[in-house]
Amino acid sequence: MNLVFILFFPLLIGAYLLIAKPKQAFIISLSAAIIEAVATGLVLYKINESLVPITFIQNWIPEVGIQFSLKADGISGILIGLCTLLLPFIIGSTAKTEKANHAQYQGLILMMQSAMMGAFLAKDAFLFYFFFEASLLPIYFLASKFGGENKSAITFKFLLYTIFGSLFLFIGLIFVYLRTPGATHSADIEALYLTARNLSAESQGYLFIAFFIAFAIKMPIFPFHTWQPDTYTTSPSQGTMLLSGIMLKMGTYGVIRLIIPMFPLGIGIWGNTAIILSIIGVIYGSIIAIQQKDAKRLLAYSSFAHVGLISAGMLTQSFEGIQGALYQMLSHGINVIGLFFVIEIIERRTKSRELAQLGGITQSSYALTVCFIILSLGSVALPLTNGFIGEFILLKSIFDYSMIFGIVAGITIILGAVYTLRLIQKTMFGNVSRITTEFSKLTLEEKMALIPLSIFVLLGGIFPNAILHFSEESVSQITQLLK
Amino acid sequence: MTAIIALSLFGISNLFWGFWFPRKVLQILTLLFIAVGIGLTAMDWNHELLWFGNMFRTTNTSINFSLIIQLAAFLVVALSRGFGADDEHTHPAEYYAILLFSVVGAILMVSFDHMIMLFVGLEILSVAMYVLTGSDKRNLKSNEAALKYFLMGAFATGILLFGITLVYGATRSFYVSNLANIIAATAPESMPSFLYIGVLLMVVGLLFKVSAAPFHFWTPDVYEGAPTIFTMFMSTVVKTAGFAALYHILSGVFGGIYSTWVLTIYFISMLTLIIGNVTAAYQVSVKRMLAYSSISHAGYMLMTVSAMQKSSTSTVLYYSLSYTLATVAAFAVLIIVSEYQTGRKEKPEDYSSFEGLAKNNPGLAFCFTISLLSLAGIPLTAGFWGKFFIFSDSFNRNIIYPVILAILMSAVGIYYYFRGIITMYFKDGDIEKIEIPTLFKIALWFCTIGTLALGVYPNLVKSLF
Repeated sequence: MNLVFILFFPLLIGAYLLIAKPKQAFIISLSAAIIEAVATGLVLYKINESLVPITFIQNWIPEVGIQFSLKADGISGILIGLCTLLLPFIIGSTAKTEKANHAQYQGLILMMQSAMMGAFLAKDAFLFYFFFEASLLPIYFLASKFGGENKSAITFKFLLYTIFGSLFLFIGLIFVYLRTPGATHSADIEALYLTARNLSAESQGYLFIAFFIAFAIKMPIFPFHTWQPDTYTTSPSQGTMLLSGIMLKMGTYGVIRLIIPMFPLGIGIWGNTAIILSIIGVIYGSIIAIQQKDAKRLLAYSSFAHVGLISAGMLTQSFEGIQGALYQMLSHGINVIGLFFVIEIIERRTKSRELAQLGGITQSSYALTVCFIILSLGSVALPLTNGFIGEFILLKSIFDYSMIFGIVAGITIILGAVYTLRLIQKTMFGNVSRITTEFSKLTLEEKMALIPLSIFVLLGGIFPNAILHFSEESVSQITQLLK
Repeated sequence: MTAIIALSLFGISNLFWGFWFPRKVLQILTLLFIAVGIGLTAMDWNHELLWFGNMFRTTNTSINFSLIIQLAAFLVVALSRGFGADDEHTHPAEYYAILLFSVVGAILMVSFDHMIMLFVGLEILSVAMYVLTGSDKRNLKSNEAALKYFLMGAFATGILLFGITLVYGATRSFYVSNLANIIAATAPESMPSFLYIGVLLMVVGLLFKVSAAPFHFWTPDVYEGAPTIFTMFMSTVVKTAGFAALYHILSGVFGGIYSTWVLTIYFISMLTLIIGNVTAAYQVSVKRMLAYSSISHAGYMLMTVSAMQKSSTSTVLYYSLSYTLATVAAFAVLIIVSEYQTGRKEKPEDYSSFEGLAKNNPGLAFCFTISLLSLAGIPLTAGFWGKFFIFSDSFNRNIIYPVILAILMSAVGIYYYFRGIITMYFKDGDIEKIEIPTLFKIALWFCTIGTLALGVYPNLVKSLF
């Protein structure tokens, strides 16, 4: 029952905001996000205590064996935790702007949350697909209604691209589902595991491609990333945070939840190719990020690079790889949202994101600089930050898989430092520019969002075990399947 | 069965009511008549009976189809304010009567057990449609459309009749139930080869009615020329009846010689998908876009027909219902918007008429969005499950490549359906608040909520099919 509540609560509040358009939208949505976070926290606490997954099963379309079933285990738990943890910050980051009390804006954010929670909680493959697709609608409206320059064309491209990808997932799922035993078949993810693993290597290979295209577009992985920088740049900040902080994790989550346990033979055929593509993305994204002039675009490419490493790590199918990927998803979500928020703060004050026009902010706002540096160091993966734990485990798993891949992927640490430090240097240090002279101090609301995020970065770096322990059981179940 | 007698009588009575009553009353009366028809049809549920010298058979499947058809007709009448505003020239009583007759024809088409019934039903439906297409008498396009539809339609009916004759020649029977037995009992080698020609000709005749490529050339022009309210009727009732008949023939009669016609149907369904979707993407007029989209949906439905699974009946039913609800809503919004834009814009049916609709008319924009999403097959709407059932039927037959093509074409579909949504929400325009009559509003919201309800909980009707 708790799962149903945390799934539908944001949806209800979101629908209320969209329909009734109350004046106090900000308070309503922020408190909804906090209630949601607390409720999810209780669910996670319960799972953590017993390490037994919580499930909820209800018949949905019994004629075709589709159930409305939810399950929160260690893997889903991390992602719903991430989703609900970040939402208050995303909503809070609108404080005191014209979007704060824009009921539609807040309503769409909450609906988006509901769809993503659904995708992370679904135990039935079609329910997963249902939410996977449905999450596109709110973010599409959010981005194309409130976005920046040339939003119409860019968001449309994003929409077509991602739906196109998920259609392949759709037919792949139907294909496996029809091979499950029983007259009505079953779309339960665990039933699909058993069926898919018994398919021939050839079918598994094709199915791997169909599934991987969908998730690779979502993440995105090279060469399916062309929608991403434009969409991230043009979306309103909260849209970008949702996209990069949580939504792309639907792609990585899909790989862990569906591809790895379902198609071991398929990965045998295409796994190397997929890892190579991911690593190309890491290097390529980093190199492009170094040359960016626009701060938001720089972060978009850095996000692309980071997700490549996550993807490469988990596709090694090792216990460490998946654990590291999960940990890095969590840290990447926190870091990237903090960083995008910093850029948003700078943009609010200076009306610019051009690196060439910025500089010297540290002289007027020390707190912003500190938070920014902590978040950036998390992104660079400096020891004692959360990024370090994730990237370290990921790189270790890639090294174990193949020395060469490990070495190439390891370059990311250097390249990541280059573009991140360049970002810090161009914005925070150096000479005060024309537009940063009047830079005002952080407001209370901004501090309340940034400081906790920075603390999370440090906490994640110092006490990783709580999280790693939380997902251990579920991940080992998946790796058990592979033996 | 009593429904067709009742509806015919109601239709005739309607002609007389027209002497005394204004349009408003006639509309309510007709709604009442169709409601009675729906009730009478539903009463036959679970009674499998033969009527009229064993020529007409009521089964649960045929009842379901009849209900969908009457539901569509009910919605069309409820939304029919587009014609008859000027009573003197438009003769509302006649049109409502013709509408009822055409529903009778459609019911015959979905419940026949004798080929002549199919032919009679098709003719009743078609002749009524020729008249309704040309009902906007002073519009040149409407006249042209009626003539075009009539010439092409008459030709197609002739082909169907020719097909029936050949099949009769080969099997010496007109009865659906007999035919299947005869075909099953005869060895394929001893079957006269003109049986297959007959089958092909019958299929061609019906494919024309459901506007499958390459027999679709009349569709865009006729859909565009006809008054929008009758376009709505054509694209829902005629299509549903046509598919029901086609499915009934192919599965009930010629299921035994599946391998002889399946390749043809495949090929046609692929062609229909490509032509419908790709051409729709190039349209500037929403009405023409919906015409091509109706062609493309014929392609999806043909996929199920060619897969011919146990579940196919329920899939065709579900798809017809979801398609009907979405199409009715889409055309309803088009009627409202194009009426508002007449005189304001040069071409009131173009996409540009929808610019900025969402600003002052969020309800209308929402209804249109949901119907387009359903047509595109996005989750949360009925269309998603329709596609799901179709693809799973096809996979059950191990049909892979056509499904992949269908997937690609759905992506094309998303492109043009979303164009409508983008135009409404993200383009600037100056549409004021449009007043909508209550009945119209109810029908429109019924379709929208129905689409959403079927999208969230398809079992609502799936358990009946």
